[in-house]
Amino acid sequence: MIPGSPAGRQLRRLALALFLALLPACQAEYPQSVLHPKGEFARITDAVFMQTVWWAVLVFVLVQGALLYAMYRFRGRPGDAEPDQVHGNTTLEIVWTIIPAVILAVIAVPTVKAIFKTNEMPSGKPLTVEVIGHQWWWEFRYPAYQLTTANELHVPVNRTIHLKMGSADVLHAFWVPQFAGKRDVFPNRETRLWFVAEEPGNYPAQCTEFCGIQHGKMAYRVVASQPAEFDAWVAKMRTFAAAPPAPPAPAAKDTVRTTSVGASLQRTATQDPAVAEGQKLFLAKGCAGCHSLVALNAPKGMLGPNLANIGARSWIAAGTLENTDENLAYWIREPQLVKQGVLMPRLGLNETEAKSIAAYLRTIR
Amino acid sequence: MSAEAHAIETSTGIDSRKVAIWTFIGSECLFFASLIATYVTYRGKSLVGPFPHEPWTDPATGKVLEPIFEIPLVTLGTALLLFSSLFIVLALYGAQRGNRKMLLGWLAATIACGLFFVGMQVYEFTHFVHKGLTLQRNLFGASFFTLTGFHGTHVTLGVIWLITMFILAVRGQLPPKRSLNLEIAALYWHFVDVVWIVIFPVVYLMK
Amino acid sequence: MATTVLGHETHAAAAPSEKTGLWSWLTTVDHKRIGILYGTSAFIFFLIGGLEALIIRAQLFTPNNNLVSPDFYNQLFTMHGTTMIFLGVMPLSAMFFNYMIPLQIGARDVAFPRLNAFSYWVFLAGGLLMNAGFLVNAAPNQGWFGYANLTSRQYSPGLNVDFWLFGLQVLGVASLAAAVNFFVTIINLRAPGMKLMRMPMFVWMSFITQVLLLLAFPVITVALIFLMFDRFFGTHFYIPSGGGDPILWQHLFWIFGHPEVYILVLPAFGIISEVLPVFSRKPLFGYAAMVFSGAFIAFVGFGVWSHHMFATGMGPIADTFFALATMLIAIPTGVKIFNWIGTVWGGSIQYRTPMYFALAFIGMFIIGGLSGVMHAVAPHDLQQTDTYFVVAHFHYVLFGGSIFALTAGAYYWWPKMFGRVLDEGLGKLHFWLMFIGFNLTFFPMHFVGLYGMPRRVYTYHAGLGFDIWNQMETVGAFIIMLAFLVFLYNMVKTHRGAGTKTPADPWNGATLEWSISSPPPEWNFDTTPQVHSRDALWEFKREHGGMLPEPTHGTGAGIHMPNPSYWPLVTAFGLLLLNLGIMFSPKTGPWGIVVGTSVLFFGFFQWVFEKGYSEFTTPAHGAHH
Repeated sequence: MIPGSPAGRQLRRLALALFLALLPACQAEYPQSVLHPKGEFARITDAVFMQTVWWAVLVFVLVQGALLYAMYRFRGRPGDAEPDQVHGNTTLEIVWTIIPAVILAVIAVPTVKAIFKTNEMPSGKPLTVEVIGHQWWWEFRYPAYQLTTANELHVPVNRTIHLKMGSADVLHAFWVPQFAGKRDVFPNRETRLWFVAEEPGNYPAQCTEFCGIQHGKMAYRVVASQPAEFDAWVAKMRTFAAAPPAPPAPAAKDTVRTTSVGASLQRTATQDPAVAEGQKLFLAKGCAGCHSLVALNAPKGMLGPNLANIGARSWIAAGTLENTDENLAYWIREPQLVKQGVLMPRLGLNETEAKSIAAYLRTIR
Repeated sequence: MSAEAHAIETSTGIDSRKVAIWTFIGSECLFFASLIATYVTYRGKSLVGPFPHEPWTDPATGKVLEPIFEIPLVTLGTALLLFSSLFIVLALYGAQRGNRKMLLGWLAATIACGLFFVGMQVYEFTHFVHKGLTLQRNLFGASFFTLTGFHGTHVTLGVIWLITMFILAVRGQLPPKRSLNLEIAALYWHFVDVVWIVIFPVVYLMK
Repeated sequence: MATTVLGHETHAAAAPSEKTGLWSWLTTVDHKRIGILYGTSAFIFFLIGGLEALIIRAQLFTPNNNLVSPDFYNQLFTMHGTTMIFLGVMPLSAMFFNYMIPLQIGARDVAFPRLNAFSYWVFLAGGLLMNAGFLVNAAPNQGWFGYANLTSRQYSPGLNVDFWLFGLQVLGVASLAAAVNFFVTIINLRAPGMKLMRMPMFVWMSFITQVLLLLAFPVITVALIFLMFDRFFGTHFYIPSGGGDPILWQHLFWIFGHPEVYILVLPAFGIISEVLPVFSRKPLFGYAAMVFSGAFIAFVGFGVWSHHMFATGMGPIADTFFALATMLIAIPTGVKIFNWIGTVWGGSIQYRTPMYFALAFIGMFIIGGLSGVMHAVAPHDLQQTDTYFVVAHFHYVLFGGSIFALTAGAYYWWPKMFGRVLDEGLGKLHFWLMFIGFNLTFFPMHFVGLYGMPRRVYTYHAGLGFDIWNQMETVGAFIIMLAFLVFLYNMVKTHRGAGTKTPADPWNGATLEWSISSPPPEWNFDTTPQVHSRDALWEFKREHGGMLPEPTHGTGAGIHMPNPSYWPLVTAFGLLLLNLGIMFSPKTGPWGIVVGTSVLFFGFFQWVFEKGYSEFTTPAHGAHH
């Protein structure tokens, strides 16, 4: 059982095999994993981490091995004489103070390097996105394109994304494990984070700072796409503009909230009666009081997520339900059953009404 | 503290109650350190006046709010509190030597200083409230009243403690062999003074 | 000379009357009885906390489960954390402080027996207040860390946060009072010859723990005062709309919170350092290094609080400082682990139940320590923090560490406290269930955390790969439940008359508590032992040439022990009323505060001026002969 003995080696090999089997399981199985970095920030931290893990495995095997060996070798038998009353051994104690210190120093060097690397944005023109956490959904703003969206962050691959983050209410934390570590968001200060997405895909992510009753359902998606695809998305989003040319909107928050209902999108022409009915209900039931359908120069300070392109999003209710017609209608009808405590009230809609609104929203894409 | 000054031998030779009050004082240091640190952290972070050292004009009403502090009065209170530390040493001296007159006199002087200080603070607080500074008004108000208020509470408890000692002394229940009871109260009293020595410059003098 | 030192004489005078019944427990100032009160209450709270954990695990058994509502889940995890820390591990440690510190240092009682009773009653009041929220479905639901500004009136309008805030405030008073008491006890009531560097390691680690308590709790007290002011008096300490900064709470909380971690684990280190030598029949390896590493851990423990806050974005300089300081703590921790292995090495290991738990403790603590170093890698901590990886880590140090050690202590000292050795067979069954259940519950959490599962979420989606791990964890948790049922059964079985009374020294102990009968007489030692070395009892036995004869205690005549008193209870009750008064003052006005303060002062003055009261024991040495 000595670490160096054949049995010890075999044991160690077995342990390592087990460990390896568990760790780098394939990404499809674990889409939210930190162990499969898909971006520069995450790769930097992953490298230091894995280095630490190997040191940990080594220390674990040696120390645990020594413990197990001692437990076996020095088991008492009846009639044993009193063992040597050893009180300590200065040399030994100095040695096993120094060895961990050295190992830690070896870990500390890349750690400090990584601290500085991750705190500094890579060069190149970044795309700035403003992130605002709300109880319990995420707002994303693209100042460069005057766009606002919610719960689905679209980014181009291989370009530094620079996040400037805040909160509308309590603390939350932004975390896309595939790309970067967490960063808390605060109501009173701006925090920043950067990442570079290296592989296109639709990545799950979620809030990681406890933020109240529905912290568990404050997820979102990050859609990373090729630059051309991303540009197409931007162009599409810019068509979600208010009917009269967007006012310069220097008005105070409150007036914006009440006047710019934004439901009067430029491009809503439809033959489907359910859709038309849904559009009417969307206004009549007050949905537009909290949700804007305008993405371009969207009104600020809305209570609910921006719904421009809602028809095309993969998830609804902040990553709670897949965006199927059925789920959408159910969510509209029974928000408190889907997400108890959420700010969206139960409006008392019947099934047909909810389906109409869902049908209408499906066209907003 | 009615226990006889007992003859139990301790490992250190110091009476356990004395070790206890020192321990308690050590712990209290962190209590006041946290309050003072918060006050310092929030200096200049108030969104609205009144402020400690500068006047402030309310943009809504155009009303000018004067700086709050009145240094001379507080300085007098500070001086008296400082002197009271000396007085209680003299009272203890009297107690240890069985000099009843000295004990009662200096103890009374200490209590008077403490009472003046508490009175000064009550006056100051009321005055500040009239000038528009409340707990709720701004961060300065919140951190100022909390810090000095908790200090004032400590002084008040100290005064109650010393008055109790005074009554015992009047009744002749504070003979030299029990002077340790007063010594412990004195240690607490010194601590409360020392805290004020930190608070006074940090809060009132630093601009 | 051992025989004279430990000689027990009979006394002709009448023994102190037997004190039994409910009233005797309410008024007791005996450190041993108070220890048992602490232990009993804490164990009940611990079982409640465990029940909360089981419901949590049941809810997480499958994705999108609806066993409990989101709000109730939040109450459960908040109360599980708060309970295990403040009402479980801390008071279970306090049980051993109470019972064992005076015995191990050769004292008759603690320095301030009534203050000791007060601490217990205040602790009980705080624990009940904290849990009272469940009765009105408003148990604390903001997390044990209570981050501002979620705790403000605006975002937490209910009583939930108030139960937590006042409960914790009351518990803080109990901890501080007890810390002063034990600090003074250890400083001042050591038997003649017991120099600091001859104290048993449990006493040493307890001593350092008291220092941590004394310095850490005032900070959380202030943090809670600010929170109370924000919620009740409209201040803006943590409220951004008034210029306040929620980060202030985080700093204050973690300046308390990180030392708190060592408050939870240092007593465990102490217990392990008692159990390992006795069952290896060999003194603790590297005594001085053990003392200094403990002190060093405590000292540096005050300088690492911001490693809980890497995700707030403190900047590279602060990150570097706190990462390196955190790594530094791994060195003395490593020294401790090596010294424990050194203690076992070359010994003659007696595989009794306490030793099982103690050895498992080392193994578990190694794992927890290694994942701790991984957190210190600050940039990657951004990936780990607030995921199940962290949950795995701190359960390895607090359950695998503290709870395993406390259980080792329970089996080890049970005969001393209750006069019976717990059943070995059931003890080992308890061990194996707990060991397997523990690892099955918490090891997978490393993986599920790295696969991206955040903490404090009441459910998760299928398709993220969390399911299978969570199922394993839930199964493990129920195995832990079985382990504790076996433990409970063991207690019942051992005391249902079957077992025989245990001798004074069933394990061939090294420390003074084993020199007196099991359980000890009220006055502990007939005569105070003279200590000449570490492991004093082993020394006595060596001089004596074998096990000492069974002690026969005298009647205790001539020994003054402090009288029972009900004023600590009254004073504690006043403190509870005062806190309830503030808590309900928005509805009831200030009368609750007035009544509470009155009772508090009344009780306190009665206590101080209790007629003819001396809480000090007679000087034990030279009391007779």
